[in-house]
Amino acid sequence: MSWGWIEQAVMSFISAAAFGLIFNAPRQMLPQCGVVGMIGWLLYLVCTEMGLEAIPATLIAVIIVAIISQLFAKLYKTPIIVFSVAGIIPLVPGGTAYDAMRKVVENEYDIAVQLGVKAFMISGTIAIGLVLSEVVNQTIRRIERL
Amino acid sequence: MTSTVIEQPLHSYHLIAQTCLLAGKIILQNGGETYRVEDTMVRIAAAYGIADAQSYVTPTGLLFAMDASVPTTRLIRISERSTNLRKVALVNDISRRISQGKLEVSEAHRLLTEIDEQPFAYPVWLQVLVAAIASGCFLVMFGGRWHDFAAAVLAGGLGFGSMVLLHRLVPVKLFAEFVASLLLGGAAILLVKSGAASNMDSVIIASVMPLVPGLHITNAVRDLMAGHLVSGLSKGVEAFLTAFAIGAGIAAALSFY
Repeated sequence: MSWGWIEQAVMSFISAAAFGLIFNAPRQMLPQCGVVGMIGWLLYLVCTEMGLEAIPATLIAVIIVAIISQLFAKLYKTPIIVFSVAGIIPLVPGGTAYDAMRKVVENEYDIAVQLGVKAFMISGTIAIGLVLSEVVNQTIRRIERL
Repeated sequence: MTSTVIEQPLHSYHLIAQTCLLAGKIILQNGGETYRVEDTMVRIAAAYGIADAQSYVTPTGLLFAMDASVPTTRLIRISERSTNLRKVALVNDISRRISQGKLEVSEAHRLLTEIDEQPFAYPVWLQVLVAAIASGCFLVMFGGRWHDFAAAVLAGGLGFGSMVLLHRLVPVKLFAEFVASLLLGGAAILLVKSGAASNMDSVIIASVMPLVPGLHITNAVRDLMAGHLVSGLSKGVEAFLTAFAIGAGIAAALSFY
């Protein structure tokens, strides 16, 4: 554990909890929002550090975020959206979307389209990851009922 | 009518319908998912002995019908939406208590009215402050230098604060978002030109994060996957428009750079 990782952990915790507050999440749930966001972001960093592309790294991080959100939702009897929204915020491809926008302004449309598609794919990945873990969860529940 | 359900007096049906609608309305107005709105309304109705309640929910209005001894159909138009997950959680809690049979109709209706009327929101200054701090954190997370931390905090606070303010003044949401991100981009450029910050790109990326429509994107996809095609598409369009407005505002600011 180097200093950089601790720095990233603290920053992602604060920013995810801050987003919980911006979305008016219940006060007692803000630390949990922070934890979800922190785990998601650290996982994403670990994955990219290991050489994974942004899209699979995002997918892994989001799936874990969704699983933890489901656990918290059950544990605290609170809608899952309170946790999952705060958790995915750091993974939103704001930087890529910004770069795309910047290239549009600089009249470099070919690069802009490439970056735009990448941003779109990453946001699609976030969505798929959230839904995937929910579907798996529901399927497990149905199998248990059989 | 012969049914196993206990017959309720007429005014009681009325109250049950009102309670279901109120619960649905609060969840829908405060950023809950569409399936949660429908689920909550039908569950509350079932808990009060009405088995075949129907609901149809879109982001701009909700329809609710119960086919009890006195058929009732109601429509509520939703024109204002915001994000207040605390209210969603509170209604969720009440709906759970109703399902467990722990809450009378009149009491549930009273509690829901209370939730609907009270703001239950954090003060605006706190939200702006927190958005500013979050912008600074994002700067560090996205590989910016600590030197630019203050600039990101400043630009992020300005962007979020002006968006909150403009939402109240300007009737068109799109325009408020455009102007807010234009101001944000302008502030970032000024900060870099004056030497207070070194990397404009990372300052803008970090400070624009609080404006990103993350909740709408998430909700849109979950609605689509749950089969609520109309809600999913319209929420997706809403998210896309917000993202477009922010992008256009930043692009406009950059074109002056």
